[in-house]
Amino acid sequence: MIRAEAVHKRYGLAEVLKGITLEVAPREVMCLLGPSGSGKSTFLRCINHLEKINSGRLYVDGSLVGYQERGGRLHELREREVCRRRTEIGMVFQRFNLFPHMTALENVVIAPVLVKKEAKTAAVTRARALLDRVGLSNKVDAYPNQLSGGQQQRVAIARALAMQPKLMLFDEPTSALDPELVGEVLDVMRALAEEGMTMIVVTHEIGFAREVGDTLVFIDEGVVVEAGVPREVIANPQHERTKAFLSKVF
Amino acid sequence: MTIDSVEGHRPEEIRAVPLRHPGRWAATAVLLVLAAMLVHDIVTNPRFGWGVVGNYFFATPVVDGVEKTLELTFVAMAIGVVLGVLFAVMRLSPNPILSGAAWLYIWFFRGTPVYVQLLFWYVIAVLQPTISIGIPFGPEFVHMSANTIVTPFVAALLGLGLNEGAYYAEIVRAGILSVDHGQFEAAQSLGMRRAPLMRRIVLPQAMRVIVPPTGNETISMLKTTSLAVVVTYPELLYQTENIAARTFETIPLYIMASFWYLLMTTVLTMGQYYVERYYARGTSYALPPTPIQRIRRNLTTLRRVPFSPTGLGGL
Repeated sequence: MIRAEAVHKRYGLAEVLKGITLEVAPREVMCLLGPSGSGKSTFLRCINHLEKINSGRLYVDGSLVGYQERGGRLHELREREVCRRRTEIGMVFQRFNLFPHMTALENVVIAPVLVKKEAKTAAVTRARALLDRVGLSNKVDAYPNQLSGGQQQRVAIARALAMQPKLMLFDEPTSALDPELVGEVLDVMRALAEEGMTMIVVTHEIGFAREVGDTLVFIDEGVVVEAGVPREVIANPQHERTKAFLSKVF
Repeated sequence: MTIDSVEGHRPEEIRAVPLRHPGRWAATAVLLVLAAMLVHDIVTNPRFGWGVVGNYFFATPVVDGVEKTLELTFVAMAIGVVLGVLFAVMRLSPNPILSGAAWLYIWFFRGTPVYVQLLFWYVIAVLQPTISIGIPFGPEFVHMSANTIVTPFVAALLGLGLNEGAYYAEIVRAGILSVDHGQFEAAQSLGMRRAPLMRRIVLPQAMRVIVPPTGNETISMLKTTSLAVVVTYPELLYQTENIAARTFETIPLYIMASFWYLLMTTVLTMGQYYVERYYARGTSYALPPTPIQRIRRNLTTLRRVPFSPTGLGGL
């Protein structure tokens, strides 16, 4: 589903990603772990081309992200094509980023209607079903500021799912939540994983990584330090930096 | 530390002696005396000519001028808003030609006095006697005299509208920049392209920042239409000066015009209030009370809160 080959990303002189190589299979749940500033969020944002990579190759579903290879050269994709590919990738943010001027239902309905030109009534029916699935059928008409953080994040997940993506990216989805609200969001994500959604999750929730993740990748200073089956990496980290990090998180 | 969680026991309500404010009473007395002097002068000084003010207030040319003032205000403002949104979005475009062109426009029209701009539009026929439509640098199909196209109304519209567009562009730009960057990212990640992203996600949120200065600009525009006198457009001030030139009742007539302007700006102020409430949707838990609700609440709390330094009666 995703193949990254020596992906590099610079901001000015600062190199944030220094050659990330990894592969995510369909239906796989990959958890990215690492200290803040290690580049894991940046990598996530490269996957849907919110950030342009500087070198290396990044493929989603077999096609290059943001470019097209013709005659041995890379050509930038048109906005239309970049946007079409983004519709296949759902993204959930640390700060939720719900549209504050719309109700929960409108948040979920807008993209299918505006981007995919779905009929309004069909989109509304599906949005209600999605909100029901994340346990918010009684909050369809609430504005984001009337919802708790956990509820907002669940609406954000429903909003991303409304586009029927093949792949979901989660950028620290529980980091901005009060501890007692973390569980309700993780439950929704766990259910999604069980249904076979391909997911990349940047998280500090070791427990979630161990129980739900198929692979765990530890990133530090822009490189993959260690990767493997979560249970094994967590119980028996091979690398000093992984050990040091895990000892602090627990 | 001890925690006593016995409920039910409640100490008696505090009934303290209110703080006295002698300074406030003194200031009130001074203001009342000054106000009385002012009212006395206004009423007894015959040069105010209140009778003349009343006689001309609803005179046909005056009412006609009021209509034209309102018409000019709204059309010029509409031009300003459309141009402002266009140039603000251009200014923030990644295309350097578009953003450069928007910068140039704002630089020029914000950098010259609107009075001078109006004068230029008035004498445009001297600079450009004919206006033609055709292929650039090639054959021309239609020729028109500039004087037939640029009537006083069009000159006033161009002068006021283009100038307003430059100011309004900066207001809209500030509004767009006030929207959280996460909103752009969320919309992009859903596959929205730039135009719908701006229209459906960013601009509605920018409105909260844009609307208050828009009210301000509309009020300012209503008063600035009086400059259309220089392009001989018969709005309120032009009509007033016309009558004054005939009757020599200059001061009463200027007072009359001022009353009309005040009346119109007051109505606009009230309109702005309700538009702001609409765009506050989803940003605060409870909307602020309308003036009527506030008056009602003040009346009920007046007895309990005899004096409020904020003037909001205990709100």
